[in-house]
Amino acid sequence: MGVEGIGARVVRKEDKRFITGKGRYVDDIKLLGMTYAHFIRSPHAHAKVKKIDASAALKLPGVVAVLTGQELVDDKVGNLICGWAITSKDGSPMKMGAWPAMAPETVRFVGQAVAVVIADSKNLARDAAEAVVVDYEELPVVADVRAAIKAGAPQLHPEAPGNQVYDWVIGDEAATDAAFAKAANVVKMDLTNNRLAPNPMEPRSAVASYDTAEEHFTLYTTSQNPHVARLVLSAFYNIAPEHKLRVIAPDVGGGFGSKIYIYPEEMVALWASKKTGRPVKWTSDRTEAFLTDAHGRDHVTHAEMAFDANNKITGLKVKTYANFGAYMSLFSSAVPTYLYATLLSGQYNIPQIHAEVIGVYTNTTPVDAYRGAGRPEASYLVERMMETAARQLNVDPAALRKNNFITQFPHQTPVIMAYDTGDFNASLDAAMKAIDYAGFPARKAKAKADGKLRGIGLSCYIEACGIAPSKAVGSLGAGVGLWESAEVRVNPVGTIEVLTGSHSHGQGHETVFAQLISDRLGIPISQVSIVHGDTDKVQFGMGTYGSRSAAVGLTAILKAVEKVETKAKKIAAHALEASEADIVIENGEFKVTGTDKAIALPMVALAAYTAHNLPDGMEPGLKESAFYDPSNFTFPAGTYICELEVDPGTGKTSFVNFVAADDFGRLINPMIVEGQVHGGLVQGIGQALLEHAMYDANGQPVTASFMDYAMPRADDVPSFNLSHTTTLCPGNPLGIKGCGEAGAIGASAAVINAITDAIGKNNLEMPATPDRVWRTIHAA
Amino acid sequence: MYQTTYHRASSVDEAASLFGKSSEAKFLAGGQTLLPVMKQRLAGPSDVIDVAKIKELIGVEASGDTLTIKAATPHYDVATSDAAKKAIPALAYLASQIGDPAVRYRGTIGGSIANNDPAADYPAALLALGATVKTNKRSIAAEDFFKGLFTTALEDGEIITAVSFPVPTKAGYAKMRHPASRFALTAVFVAQTKAGEIRVAATGASQSGVMRVGAIESALKANWSPSAIDSVSIPASGLLADIHGTAEYRANLVKVMAQRAVTAAG
Repeated sequence: MGVEGIGARVVRKEDKRFITGKGRYVDDIKLLGMTYAHFIRSPHAHAKVKKIDASAALKLPGVVAVLTGQELVDDKVGNLICGWAITSKDGSPMKMGAWPAMAPETVRFVGQAVAVVIADSKNLARDAAEAVVVDYEELPVVADVRAAIKAGAPQLHPEAPGNQVYDWVIGDEAATDAAFAKAANVVKMDLTNNRLAPNPMEPRSAVASYDTAEEHFTLYTTSQNPHVARLVLSAFYNIAPEHKLRVIAPDVGGGFGSKIYIYPEEMVALWASKKTGRPVKWTSDRTEAFLTDAHGRDHVTHAEMAFDANNKITGLKVKTYANFGAYMSLFSSAVPTYLYATLLSGQYNIPQIHAEVIGVYTNTTPVDAYRGAGRPEASYLVERMMETAARQLNVDPAALRKNNFITQFPHQTPVIMAYDTGDFNASLDAAMKAIDYAGFPARKAKAKADGKLRGIGLSCYIEACGIAPSKAVGSLGAGVGLWESAEVRVNPVGTIEVLTGSHSHGQGHETVFAQLISDRLGIPISQVSIVHGDTDKVQFGMGTYGSRSAAVGLTAILKAVEKVETKAKKIAAHALEASEADIVIENGEFKVTGTDKAIALPMVALAAYTAHNLPDGMEPGLKESAFYDPSNFTFPAGTYICELEVDPGTGKTSFVNFVAADDFGRLINPMIVEGQVHGGLVQGIGQALLEHAMYDANGQPVTASFMDYAMPRADDVPSFNLSHTTTLCPGNPLGIKGCGEAGAIGASAAVINAITDAIGKNNLEMPATPDRVWRTIHAA
Repeated sequence: MYQTTYHRASSVDEAASLFGKSSEAKFLAGGQTLLPVMKQRLAGPSDVIDVAKIKELIGVEASGDTLTIKAATPHYDVATSDAAKKAIPALAYLASQIGDPAVRYRGTIGGSIANNDPAADYPAALLALGATVKTNKRSIAAEDFFKGLFTTALEDGEIITAVSFPVPTKAGYAKMRHPASRFALTAVFVAQTKAGEIRVAATGASQSGVMRVGAIESALKANWSPSAIDSVSIPASGLLADIHGTAEYRANLVKVMAQRAVTAAG
C-alpha cells in the first residue's frame, strides 16, 4: 500500500465540490428555452379517470402544453416494465397489470400522474395544473396487504386475480416438514417488516431535450445506472433508439436504490421534449418524493424454526406476504424472492429451509429495492428468530448462535446461495469483547436500580453482494447481465482517466477507484480522474446498487489496468532494451528488476503516443477496456450488538453502546467504509425506531412529509464502535466483499432484540416508537 | 408559492398601517410555519409584512419581578439570554428545546403564540407562568389569549409586541419530543408563583390546544413532589391521538412529564 493506495485513509477527492456548494446536480442544469413540467396527480387511491378538461389551463399565460395519458397511448409509448420474471409454484409466470407512465383510464395509488403541464416557469406550470379539471369516479380501495388477499377484496388489476402477482416457493417442503416432525422444539413468530420511504437528500429530477435536426435526445437524470436507463428507455418505451439517446447522471445526492428505476416522470419529460420542441425540466418536491419514489420492505411473515434436543437448528419454514404497491417496479419482483429467501439460512447451518412468498398488489406507492433489498428482511427474520429461540430454549443468545454457526467453507445452503468464505465466530467474538458482553448482567442490575430497563441484543447478519454472476441471475429470471465495464486511458503525459460503468451518488468512487490506480501504477490520486455517469463517454455499465461497485466495478477497472500494465511493460522493455519479463512497476517507474535501469510512467505514455519507437507491430496509444463478470455473489457478514435503556415512564429508547464487527474482505479506504457503515446503521436504526410509511384505510398516505415521517437525526443515534475481522473474498482478485448495505441489513434486529430484552416481552413490531414500547410494557 | 407582495416594516406602526392597506395580508416573523404553508400553496396572502427586523420587537429584558421577551426575538436568543437564564431558567430551557437549530435561529415567540399550534412549546410556559401578551393595542392575559387550536384572542391586524412573564419561585419544563416534527408530543410546564399559586400547563396533549391541568395542580399544592402526581388520574378523553401517540399514551405523558418538570424545578 502506498500513501494513497489500497488500505489508505485518503480524504475524499469529491468532497471539495460538495462542501463548497459546487456540486452539479440535475436541477442545476439550465438549457436555452427550457420549460418546466408539473404533474397532475390523483388524490384518490383507486379511481376511474372519466375526463380531463385542460381548456382553461391552456389559455393561461406561459402554458406550452397539457399532455395526458391518452396521448402517451396514441404515441405508442410503452408501459413501464418489471425486469425480473418470477415463476409461481404452479409453473405460471407472474401476473402483472399494465403500468402506463400517466394513467389514461384508472389510477391505483395516491400520487399517480394522470397528466402533465408544460409551461415557461415552475410556478406557471403549477398555476395551470390547478386549472385542469379531472373528473374521477372513485373505486373501492385496499391498502393493507392482509386485506388485499382476502376473498372479496377490491381488485386492482384484471390480470392478477385476488391481487396476487405470484406465489413463489423455494426449498424442499417435504424434507422441511419431516425435520419439523422430528423437532424437539419449535419456535414460531409473526413478524412485520415495516414499509420505508427512501428519502435521498436530493429528490429526483430530469432535464430532457430533443434536437430536431439530429433527431437526438439528451436526458439528464438522477440515476444510479444511466446505461440501464438508456437501455430500458430505448428497448421498451419506444421513445428513442439507443444511438439517438444520451443519458447523463451527473452529481446525484443519494439513491439507496430509489434511483435505480426508470420512473414515469423521467420518461414523460423525454417524450414531452420532442412533443413540445422545448427542453423540459421536472424536479420532484419532497411530497412528490414520498408519493412516487419506490418504497422499501413491507413484508408480513409467519416463520417457524425447528431445533433438535442439542439446540441445533434442523429446519426453517417461512411464509411471507410481500406488498408490491399498485404496480410492479423495475426490480421489485426479485426483492422478496431471490434477494430475500436465498438469505434465510443466515450464518447458520440449517439443513432444510422452505419459504413461500406471495406477492400482492395494494393501492399504495410501488415498492422496490431499498438499501439492502430483501436481505434486511431476511436478516431481521432470522435474527429475531434466533433471539426468540434463545429465550424460549433458555440458553444464552450468543451461545445458541455459536452452536449453529457455519464453520466450513464453501457452504451450500438449501436456498441456492453457496457461501464462499467467512469467520462468523471471529466477528461475534470481536463484537462481544468490544461491548463487554460478560459484564452486561452487572450493568443491567445497576440500571434497574436507577429505574431504567437495560437490554442487549445481537444480530449476526449475512448478505449477498457483488451483484451478480450474469449466468446465475439469468437462470433465475433476470432480464439483464450484472457484470461491469471499465476503461483505463493513460494520457500522453501520464495522467490517467478511468471510465467506469459504476455510478457514484455519495459512495466516494472518485477517491476509491483512484486509489487502485495509485496502488498499481504508483502515481498520486490527484493525477487520476474518474469519469462516470454519461452514456456518451462510458462504453457501458450496469450501475451502482447491491454493494457491487468495489467488488464488481473496481475489479473491472483492475482488469483494464492489468492490460495497460502489460502493454506498458512491453514499451518499457523495448525502451530499456530489456526482457519484458524483467520489468517491474515500482513507485511510478518501470524498472528492470535488479538494476537501476528505469523509465517513468509519463515517458512510457509519451512513447506510446508519439509512436516513434514502439516494438514492431504494436499499435500506438495506451488505453484498455475490460468487462468483468463475477463468478459468485460475495458474502459480507458480521455481528452487531446493541445495548440500550428503555425509560419505563415514556417507552423511550436511549442507546448505551452499539458495536459493529464486520467482515467486508479487503478494505480500499477504511474511512469511507466506516462512513458507509455509519450510514447503514442509521438507516437500520431508523427502521427499528422511527420510520414507517403508512396509509389509512382509504389508501391516503399519512406520512407524506417530514412533519409525520420520522427520519433519524444525529441525536437519535449513538456513536458507533466499529471494527473489522477479515476473510478475503476468494471470488475476486482484490478479495473485496462490499460494505454499502451491511449496516441497514443488520442493525434493526439488534435494536429490537435489545428492546425486547430490556422490557422482558418478546413481541414488538417496528418501528418501536415510545408509544408502542410503553403500551407493550404495560400490556396485560 | 402563489404570487405575493413582500414588505419589510421598520416599525410596529408601519406594519399596522401596511396591514390596513392590504386586502389579505399576513404578518411574517420567523416564517417557520407561514413560509412552508405558502410554499405548499395552502396559504396565498396578497401581502406579506415582515416584522422580524423591527428593532423595537427584539430583545430580552429582566426588570424586577418581570421578564419581558419582545415578540420578534428568536428562540435561540431566549435560550442563550443571560437575563432569561437567570430569571426563569425553565423558560430558557424550553426555548432550547424548540424544533431544531434552524427553527430556533428563525422562529420567534410572537410567531409561535400567534399561530397557537396545539403542540407548540411556548403556550405551555405562558399559561403556567401567568404571562401577559402585549400587543400594539392592549394587554391580554395568557388565560384569555389562547382560544383553542390555532386560534387566539388577536384581532385582525393586531400585532404582538412582547410577552411579559412574572418571575416564579420555581418552574420546570419537561418535553417528550415528537419524533418527526420535534414539536411536543406532550410537554408540561410547572410553576410556583411568588404569590404561592401552583400552575401546570400541558401542550401537545389536548384536542383543544394548550391546557391547565387542575388535577396535577391540586396534587402539587398539597405536596410539591413528583410522587404527589403518582395517584393523579388523567382521562384520555379529549386528548390528541395520532400515529405517534395514542390518547392513553398522551394521558400517561401528561403525568410523567409533570413529574419530570417538578424534578427539574427542584
